[in-house]
Amino acid sequence: MNEQHSGGEARRNRRSRDKQAVVPEAEFDSYYGRPVIKPPVWKVPDVPAYLYLGGTAGVSSLMGEFAALTGRPRLRRVGRLAGSVGSLASVGALIHDLGRPERFLNMLRVFKPTSPLSVGTWILSPFSAMASATAVSEVTGLLPTLARISGATAGVLGPAMVTYTAVLLSDTAVPAWHEGYRKLPFVFAGSALTSGAAVAMVAVPTHEAAPARRLAAGGAGLEIAAATLLEKRIGLPGQAYHRGRAGKLMRIARACTVAGGLAAPFAGRSRVLSVLAGLSLTAGAVVTRFGVFEAGMASARDPQYTVVPQRERLAERAAAEG
Amino acid sequence: MTDGHSKEAGRTRTDGTYTSYERLAGPLDDPAGEAGYDGQHPPRMGFFTDTSVCIGCKACEVACKEWNGVPGDVLDMTGMSYDNTTELGANSWRHVAFIEQTVPIQEDVDILGSLSAANNSGDEAGSPTPASRTPEETAGTRGSDLGMPGVGPPVTPGAQGALQDDREVRWLMSSDVCKHCTHAACLDVCPTGSLFRTEYGTVVVQEDICNGCGYCIPACPYGVIDQRPDDGRAFKCTLCYDRMGDGLEPACAKACPTNSIQYGPLDELRERAAERVEKLQERGITEARLYGHEPTDGVGGDGAFFLLLDEPEVYGLPPDPVVTTRDLPSMWRYAGAAAVGTMAAVAAAFVGGRR
Repeated sequence: MNEQHSGGEARRNRRSRDKQAVVPEAEFDSYYGRPVIKPPVWKVPDVPAYLYLGGTAGVSSLMGEFAALTGRPRLRRVGRLAGSVGSLASVGALIHDLGRPERFLNMLRVFKPTSPLSVGTWILSPFSAMASATAVSEVTGLLPTLARISGATAGVLGPAMVTYTAVLLSDTAVPAWHEGYRKLPFVFAGSALTSGAAVAMVAVPTHEAAPARRLAAGGAGLEIAAATLLEKRIGLPGQAYHRGRAGKLMRIARACTVAGGLAAPFAGRSRVLSVLAGLSLTAGAVVTRFGVFEAGMASARDPQYTVVPQRERLAERAAAEG
Repeated sequence: MTDGHSKEAGRTRTDGTYTSYERLAGPLDDPAGEAGYDGQHPPRMGFFTDTSVCIGCKACEVACKEWNGVPGDVLDMTGMSYDNTTELGANSWRHVAFIEQTVPIQEDVDILGSLSAANNSGDEAGSPTPASRTPEETAGTRGSDLGMPGVGPPVTPGAQGALQDDREVRWLMSSDVCKHCTHAACLDVCPTGSLFRTEYGTVVVQEDICNGCGYCIPACPYGVIDQRPDDGRAFKCTLCYDRMGDGLEPACAKACPTNSIQYGPLDELRERAAERVEKLQERGITEARLYGHEPTDGVGGDGAFFLLLDEPEVYGLPPDPVVTTRDLPSMWRYAGAAAVGTMAAVAAAFVGGRR
């Protein structure tokens, strides 16, 4: 080791006190402890809210259409309205982050397969349009046949709404997001299933909400499992998910999700329990997005998450080449 | 994958015959051709920054600001040696890093001119970091008079109060810049097409199209491009695209008094750099190495590459950067699987219990 790193020392000391450390002390050099990559400039709460709203809208729309098919009018209505409101709010959050509405339109001037944000914009825009048309028909009762078509289209786009945001985050040099690209879509899928179901559990009478309760329990299980893998199986950057502010958020999210997920199967008997479970799951899903976002920010700010895994990769390659 | 790096090979293959790996991350002979320019486009141009002759004068930083009309920042005293710029960013397209190291006292090696009495006492290719060596091992194999004030040689033992008798301070100085990657993550992820590949194979932001989404910023594995806070848009080095068209060299290279910043066709620069690093190695500066010149690295080779005298991370550079879009096909596969799973889960929840 050279001796010029000033910022590195304090960090190393802090780490050595951390009894939770899964990976042994990492030795690394950095330029005055400064980050190697630039942390995202995306605003909070705009972007975490965008992630939550998009996911919730996607699952709600899909649920609404299945409810339409299986004759559950209240669930259908809530699903369609939540799909529309959620996606429009999500567009609003994106525009607020960009600064000006015409900047959102600017995104539609090209379609670029290498840019998850471009692909995402082309998923979000038709989804919002279709979901909103369906919701208008649902409220006014006009053009029900067209609403079936637009609703089905939104339903098909719904799952894409849920998971493209994971690619959006992963396709960056941010270690906690990039290294987690195999897990993040499942965290978001689980989280969106619980949050979409949670809206229905809060707003739909219990006798129609059985599918939502099943989804809530299953989604919570998926979210917890995928988030655990994200923390434990992506090497050093996984630490960003259980340290500091991000760690606190992820623990709160897990507690809320577990509580809601366990209560969901029993919530059919009590409207009150259903609402409480729904609120708990919503909190879990919202906080999960903030936690994932914050973990990425933390991993971008600390050069060890960039340098150490890259050094290890080089060492492995050198060893393989002999 | 690598069928030679000759320009002809690249130019004859602008008909979509590149594999997706070559498109996203692998060696690419002719990035401008791949971007759609016809066979008549000029050769790929770039920077070779030889940090062994950088004197830290920051003429490059100033010349860049002057020519490109880049706003000044509030001057802060950072305490980071002579570095008050701190990093590349929207308003710093060149950044001179100052690394202060305490190293064992070194016999003077003439890094600039003809070979002096640098008697290499043994092969030390296996021990690159100075602190891991004893002074005996290191003496005569490292170091250089880089012309900075302060503690230049000759250093008499005990003369530096704060230092131990057998140690001295050395500076590593390096002018960092946008790498103009063969596979540029910033360009790949830009949703508006604001970032584009020029006919010279370089990467430029069109300021009037940039919509300030900020996606390019965390995408860059080198942490180069950044947002101008009062403006929201992203800015970075253009390699003086406006000067290139007139056959002028970029402002930073023009202003560099020691030729640390060299500009030219990338092929030529790579040859010149290989010669230079070999010469330094011969003179006993075994830690001299090239960074970013290999077309097989994670970004397909950099249009701006460096000769360094220590590990990349010491300079704030990533040791093994990868263009973020390399894994994109795999990312979409996982996201697709999760989306199908979501659809199946909802279907199952409705079809499952008939209630």
